[in-house]
Amino acid sequence: MTTMIGLFASLVDGLLVGSVYGLAAMGISLIWGVMDVINLTHGAMIVAGMFSLYLLVDTLGVPVYLTLPPIFIGGLIVGIALYWIAVHHMIGQPPLMSLLSTFAVNLVLIGLGTAKWGTVLFNVPVSLPGASIGRYTFPGTHIAAALLTAAIAFLLYLFLFHTRPGKAVRAVSGNREAAELVGIPTTRMLAFAFGLGVALACVSGMLIGTLFPFTVLSGDAYQLKSFVVTVLGGLGNPAGALIGGIAIGLFEGLTAPFIPVNWTLVFEFVLFVVVLIAFPGGLLSLRLPRRAG
Amino acid sequence: MKRFCVIALGVASGAILIASPAFAEDTITIGMTLSKTGSLNVDSVAEYKGSELWRDQVNKAGGIKIGNKHYMVKFVDYDDQSQGSRVQQLYTRLIVQDHAQFLFSPYSSGLTATAAVITEQYGKIMLDGGGAEGKIFELGNKYLFQCITAADHYLTGAIDALKEKTETASIAFVYSDDPFSKAVVAAARKQAAAAGFKEAMIESYPPSTTDFSPIINKIISSGADVFMGGGHYPDGATLARQLYDQRVKLKQTTILVAPDSPKFKSLGDASLDVTVPSQWEPAVTYKPDFGPTPKEFAKAYEDAFHTGVDYHAASGYIEGLLLQHAIEQAESIDAEKVAAQLNKMDVSTFFGKYKVATGAKDHGLQEAHQMVLAQWQKKNGELKLEMVWPDAAKTSDFVFAQR
Repeated sequence: MTTMIGLFASLVDGLLVGSVYGLAAMGISLIWGVMDVINLTHGAMIVAGMFSLYLLVDTLGVPVYLTLPPIFIGGLIVGIALYWIAVHHMIGQPPLMSLLSTFAVNLVLIGLGTAKWGTVLFNVPVSLPGASIGRYTFPGTHIAAALLTAAIAFLLYLFLFHTRPGKAVRAVSGNREAAELVGIPTTRMLAFAFGLGVALACVSGMLIGTLFPFTVLSGDAYQLKSFVVTVLGGLGNPAGALIGGIAIGLFEGLTAPFIPVNWTLVFEFVLFVVVLIAFPGGLLSLRLPRRAG
Repeated sequence: MKRFCVIALGVASGAILIASPAFAEDTITIGMTLSKTGSLNVDSVAEYKGSELWRDQVNKAGGIKIGNKHYMVKFVDYDDQSQGSRVQQLYTRLIVQDHAQFLFSPYSSGLTATAAVITEQYGKIMLDGGGAEGKIFELGNKYLFQCITAADHYLTGAIDALKEKTETASIAFVYSDDPFSKAVVAAARKQAAAAGFKEAMIESYPPSTTDFSPIINKIISSGADVFMGGGHYPDGATLARQLYDQRVKLKQTTILVAPDSPKFKSLGDASLDVTVPSQWEPAVTYKPDFGPTPKEFAKAYEDAFHTGVDYHAASGYIEGLLLQHAIEQAESIDAEKVAAQLNKMDVSTFFGKYKVATGAKDHGLQEAHQMVLAQWQKKNGELKLEMVWPDAAKTSDFVFAQR
């Protein structure tokens, strides 16, 4: 009985944390879908979200969950700036160019962060009542993060499918030349989409910051996980990324009681390779229309 | 006049040339790497600061004295980025290009093992204040000397303290998959079994783990009432927070390394009652044969760096203090003579005792130094790291109760 409850608890934990993985991956997926750029500043932006949370809460005394809107807006602005600095000139170039460009920016940002804060651990204590089943407790922060992730994913869906700028982003993603012909300012839309992807990364960092302590180097692990999630959900498909994240979380929850956690990462990457070979469009094969050529 | 100037210049140049070797002889160059970046940054930098304090104090006092000569201490150091491959390159560079006469170890067992390969190859003495794993000393090294308690004894105090509280306990061993943590837990499992405790579970995790929920659910399922493990700083602190958030009912939570950092209390109530085996704490009452008392060292460190002192800083200082003592006793900077002194020394310092094994099987392994067990407790509403074991060193009673 304890084992069954334990398995159930693991699955619920997997679902809760997996949804946050999904949110982190949505940013990377959106950017890839719109402009074929693998954004390697993703990890640094997740960390930026974590540190913004810390600074806003610790220095300015902003309530933890009220930091979400300013962090989203800040991420959007930083993302648009990053687009002009590191990405714009690489659009249309081989993917390796933007990969190297964003990787270089990532190194600079992490280097600056390490110089400023070292790899000292930061913690944002959040007190929220959780839920318990028997001896197993689901912290309130995990539940809140999952609910906020669901809300953000829904708002993103509304934005992309039911607003003019959102439709413009999707149009640029589908066929940039055609979008230009109908008067959509494609370059501005690319910059905006990149900003949106970065904002999602920052917000996921903020939510992760409410769950676990973090350092300047914490982004790497989530960036790696985001790649696995993105491939599972389908490259360029933000909704798929969310479902991919939940799938990874559930996979971790399901396997944890039966195999040493040391092996979880190995199995995840086996899954990664299998999906790449067998389902290159992702498990759901639900992709945003990609631009021609 | 022109001729006079040329002659004067020539004489001055000659004087500088003659004087230069004498100046070089009056400096002792000590090489080391530290992890300014990467995952080991926090503990490594603290250790380096400890070494820096020793260097500055020695130089301020006129240097290391050998007979009538005074040797000023010079450091050459590089950032190893917490990576073994960098350590291999940089220790070679320190010896070959920078002509370091003595070396201090990098932080962590993995990096120290890598550095030792190089220092032994060149017959250079390395004081080890950052590598606790005992295996490094089973390789026939002749010039490596451990200043800290070996990993095999890290959790001895935690198990002894537990034994004083209960005869029956069920322990969950959860540890980082790195050489140091593996060695600590391997030895602790044997000690726990010998003490008659039950092993509820044993599991390792990758050092990069950020979410411990799956492991914590396993701990709950195992029915453990004592937790022992962790690894280094980020994972240990995350474990502590998640054990608290998920309200795991433990009577004793002993985590390696992380809780010793003054920064650990930023976890708030999650740090309460967590114990940490510590190489040294400012409140210890050791009577030194030479060098500062524990209180003097702690004050000097806090005055110099305006930050709390921990055992990593103390282990950095002790590397220098022991080397200085060995050089002064040997009255030489010759590696063989200094090594002979380091082999012979049986001393007590602010850091505790020092005496290393001299047999071929485990040469350089620390035999005399002892750990203490510290616990985060609330005193007058403020979190404080108190020593709870052994009795001779304790500043507060060990809290053994379900959180």
